[in-house]
Amino acid sequence: MSDATLNGAAAAPRKDRVETPFRRFVSEFMESRIAVLGLIVFTIIAFIAIFAPWIAPQNPYDLAQLDIMDGRMEPGTVGGAGFTFWLGTDDQGRDMLSGIMYGLRISLTVGAGSALIACIVGASLGLLAAYAGGRTDSVIMRVVDLQLSFPSILVALMILAFLGKGIMNVVIALVIVEWAYYARTVRGTALVERRREYIEAAQCLALPTRRILFRHLLPNCLPPLIVVATMQVARAIALEATLSFLGLGVPITEPSLGLLIANGYEYMLSGKYWISFYPGIALLITIVSINLVGDQLRDVLNPRLKK
Amino acid sequence: MAAPTLEVRNLRTHFFTRAGVVKAVDDVSFTVERGKVLGLVGESGSGKSVTGFSIIGLVDPPGRVVGGQILFQGRDLARISEEEMRDLRGNRIAMIFQDPMMTLNPVLRVDTQMIETVLAHKKVSAEEARQRARDTLGMVGIPSPDERLKSYPHQFSGGMRQRVAIAIALLHEPDLIIADEPTTALDVTIQGQILAEVQKLAATTGTSLIWITHDLSVVAGLADDIAVMYAGRIVEKGDVSAVLDAPLHPYTSGLIGSVPSRNKRGEPLRQIPGMTPSLLNLPPGCAFRSRCPRAAEACLAEPEIRELLPGRQVRCFHPLSETSEQAA
Amino acid sequence: MTVYLVRRLLQALLVVFAMSVIVFVGVYAIGDPVEILISPDADQIERERAVQSLGLDLPLWHQYLVFLGNALQGDLGRSFVFNEPALKLILQRMPATLELAFGAMFISIVVGLPLGLYAGLRPNSPVSKTIMAGSILGFSLPTFWVGLMLIMVFAVQLGWLPSTGRGETATFLGVQWSFLTLNGLSHMAMPAINLALFKISLVIRLTRAGVRETMLMDYVKFARAKGLSPARVTFVHVFKNILIPVVTVVGLELGSTIAFSVVTESVFAWPGMGKLIIDSINVLDRPVIVAYLMIIVLMFITINLIVDLTYSLLDPRVRLEGKGA
Ligand SMILES: Nc1ncnc2c1ncn2[C@@H]1O[C@H](COP(=O)(O)OP(=O)(O)OP(=O)(O)O)[C@@H](O)[C@H]1O
Ligand code: SF4
Ligand SMILES: [Mg+2]
Repeated sequence: MSDATLNGAAAAPRKDRVETPFRRFVSEFMESRIAVLGLIVFTIIAFIAIFAPWIAPQNPYDLAQLDIMDGRMEPGTVGGAGFTFWLGTDDQGRDMLSGIMYGLRISLTVGAGSALIACIVGASLGLLAAYAGGRTDSVIMRVVDLQLSFPSILVALMILAFLGKGIMNVVIALVIVEWAYYARTVRGTALVERRREYIEAAQCLALPTRRILFRHLLPNCLPPLIVVATMQVARAIALEATLSFLGLGVPITEPSLGLLIANGYEYMLSGKYWISFYPGIALLITIVSINLVGDQLRDVLNPRLKK
Repeated sequence: MAAPTLEVRNLRTHFFTRAGVVKAVDDVSFTVERGKVLGLVGESGSGKSVTGFSIIGLVDPPGRVVGGQILFQGRDLARISEEEMRDLRGNRIAMIFQDPMMTLNPVLRVDTQMIETVLAHKKVSAEEARQRARDTLGMVGIPSPDERLKSYPHQFSGGMRQRVAIAIALLHEPDLIIADEPTTALDVTIQGQILAEVQKLAATTGTSLIWITHDLSVVAGLADDIAVMYAGRIVEKGDVSAVLDAPLHPYTSGLIGSVPSRNKRGEPLRQIPGMTPSLLNLPPGCAFRSRCPRAAEACLAEPEIRELLPGRQVRCFHPLSETSEQAA
Repeated sequence: MTVYLVRRLLQALLVVFAMSVIVFVGVYAIGDPVEILISPDADQIERERAVQSLGLDLPLWHQYLVFLGNALQGDLGRSFVFNEPALKLILQRMPATLELAFGAMFISIVVGLPLGLYAGLRPNSPVSKTIMAGSILGFSLPTFWVGLMLIMVFAVQLGWLPSTGRGETATFLGVQWSFLTLNGLSHMAMPAINLALFKISLVIRLTRAGVRETMLMDYVKFARAKGLSPARVTFVHVFKNILIPVVTVVGLELGSTIAFSVVTESVFAWPGMGKLIIDSINVLDRPVIVAYLMIIVLMFITINLIVDLTYSLLDPRVRLEGKGA
């Protein structure tokens, strides 16, 4: 070749701009304004849930602070103790705003907690299935398939029918409902990754199985896992709310948003909408914000959709 | 002399992607006379298919024809309405695609897919349309067409499917058929049969053909003229035997050198070094220069296509003279 | 085809069997069977008699065989609350649930398909973006809360529709149906829409994704190259291809619609089997719970089977493979 620059000139445009994967991830995520909004909203909600005891105007479960005379007040009325019930009160004179803040706390804890446990259980079993293959794989995947062929509410109902009501049982039910999604996702990705050269290289080096699983396979399964986990947190919160609404979930002493809504049911027919309305709005905003973030995460992290 | 069936002048088709403008077809001109076959050759990604889709008006967004004229029997297809274009498609201009496994709709029976094509352009009864479909299937050498009409595409082999696609293209005896690598996916014997039949049909009906391929041996046996594309541009065109016997463009020469053939037995095959450049933000100058054995300072400028010998056009500053050794 | 059918049937039977084991183990091994199967009000003597008659002193596998034998004869126990056979109770309430579920499926297809088609054909138009945003909302809205809001707006505030119950019914095939009377339909409207909400979103997304994928296929481009009208390309070439996956999924969703009607029925006091199971769980009427679970598992497996077979009928490729096998 007579002139080296001739080569270089043609090759240059093929190269990508230099940027770290994380930077690219962040900037691609930011491309959707609505997803960013979702993230901001969710951050605020999480903040409220965590700090509810310090920022709520009232402790709704301290009976000393409640006055039955304040019961079923419309939003914006000033109560006997002199402070304003911005979102009204329920039949016991409980400030709905405070109730919602505490309710968020319980909903998020149950939702995120069960999603986390399900993620650990599901991802481990999925990895195991992919790595062990053979009979282990087919047994695990049979169970996954069987379970996923039934809708979540049915599985949850079945488990609560066996175990009875109660917050722990709800968490168990949610975990059992959800683990299969994680297992399927992780197994699918891990099976693809397993055939890659770096795993073969690791196996050739005779690295211990556990190390290959958690150091090499798992990190590569993370992107789809994160997407599934985000969506599953939203689903867990919704399902918990539904179960609590049906009276099968959390006890009356620890009302999540679902139970708050159920409490307002009987008063709604007489036009006292706020007892059910505002907790529902809080629930809706929570779920929508998580789903918006999840949707965008899926678009960004799914290489198949990338141009 | 009658007007040519198709005259493409300075056609430019660009894709406006997020990463930038892809000039898939850039300043392409050629002419196809009535009843003649033009072979359009070039490597993968050189813009052959996009040229074909531009003619038939099916460039998908983000792509768009941004300049030039496509004169079909004197009418500029780049300027007519979508309605008028649809009237021509499948009727006066037909197209055959590369992959026969993908061109027929898997959930519709073959008769449905043929009859709808007849009815799209002719006001005839369904029975007459079926008759026409049956005749055409027979014409492309499909045995017991009546029975075959009732089948689904997946019941046919690849070669048979491509025959069906060709039959669909022939339903209205078009004036121009654009065949986009129609035999690449088939095995050699079937490829030969289909080529022979298409040639016969073109000769008897006066249909002009644009045969897109990267297989020079197909072009050698079938085409009257040849146009060689590289990176969205035509780098050489002319009479098929003249070009293949004595290529003027270094790229054409390289292509010929990489084809195994009888007279070069024993010699190692020569590959063109390097890769096709990305069409995204192509640097100015001759696009072939990073791979060209004859490249020099002058090639940093853009070569224009010029008529070097009578009927022979080439886009190169340092074309191979007829005396120099092939693929130097 | 027959081979396929037989294999599919055997598979289904296996799942029924597996589920019966799970329900059995759930009720007999995890829970306290005495608690579960004998009315909490029973006294000590009654209890012991029941333990004997139910064979609770037998080993577990033996108990399971007894359970299975009774179940096969249609005996799934007696409700403590209604003092009637559990199976009969459930079958009585099944039509109400079925008509609600079918109504919801109907709404979801009639609304979801056109919207999804539009969003798929014009993915960048503002209307499409609104449709897609709406479908996210449809996925996110808690069904029970939407139900309450529907009641609040249309029953309490506007007074257009009745808030709860099934309304007047008419008899057809010896069963009572609400959708046959105007009053019944007005009672059915809100619950059916409520139940359909999630499925509408699903159908929209599915249709849109299918359209977008299909539009890229060579055969669609070829159809256009044949000079067909856009309407024909869309409604025959694209639509027929997406119909198969959409119909399959919607069919499969029938089971989940029936399961989710548990929530809607509770909100609208719709007297179907969903409401019955919630009431039964709340009062620990366990024979009814067991019967419900077994029935719904059976329904699910039947639905899956039917959908699979329909699918193989719709798609010529699957059909032929089946024939070859
Ligand atoms: N939808 C699109 N978006 C962006 N660029 C495109 C698109 N379609 C085609 N191109 C570009 O146009 C160029 C030419 O493509 P074309 O399909 O015409 O190549 P070809 O010569 O037919 O190759 P092959 O032999 O592989 O069929 C390609 O390099 C590709 O980058
Ligand atoms: S212009 Fe120069 S680089 Fe291009 S083909 Fe001719 S000699 Fe080679
Ligand atoms: Mg091509």
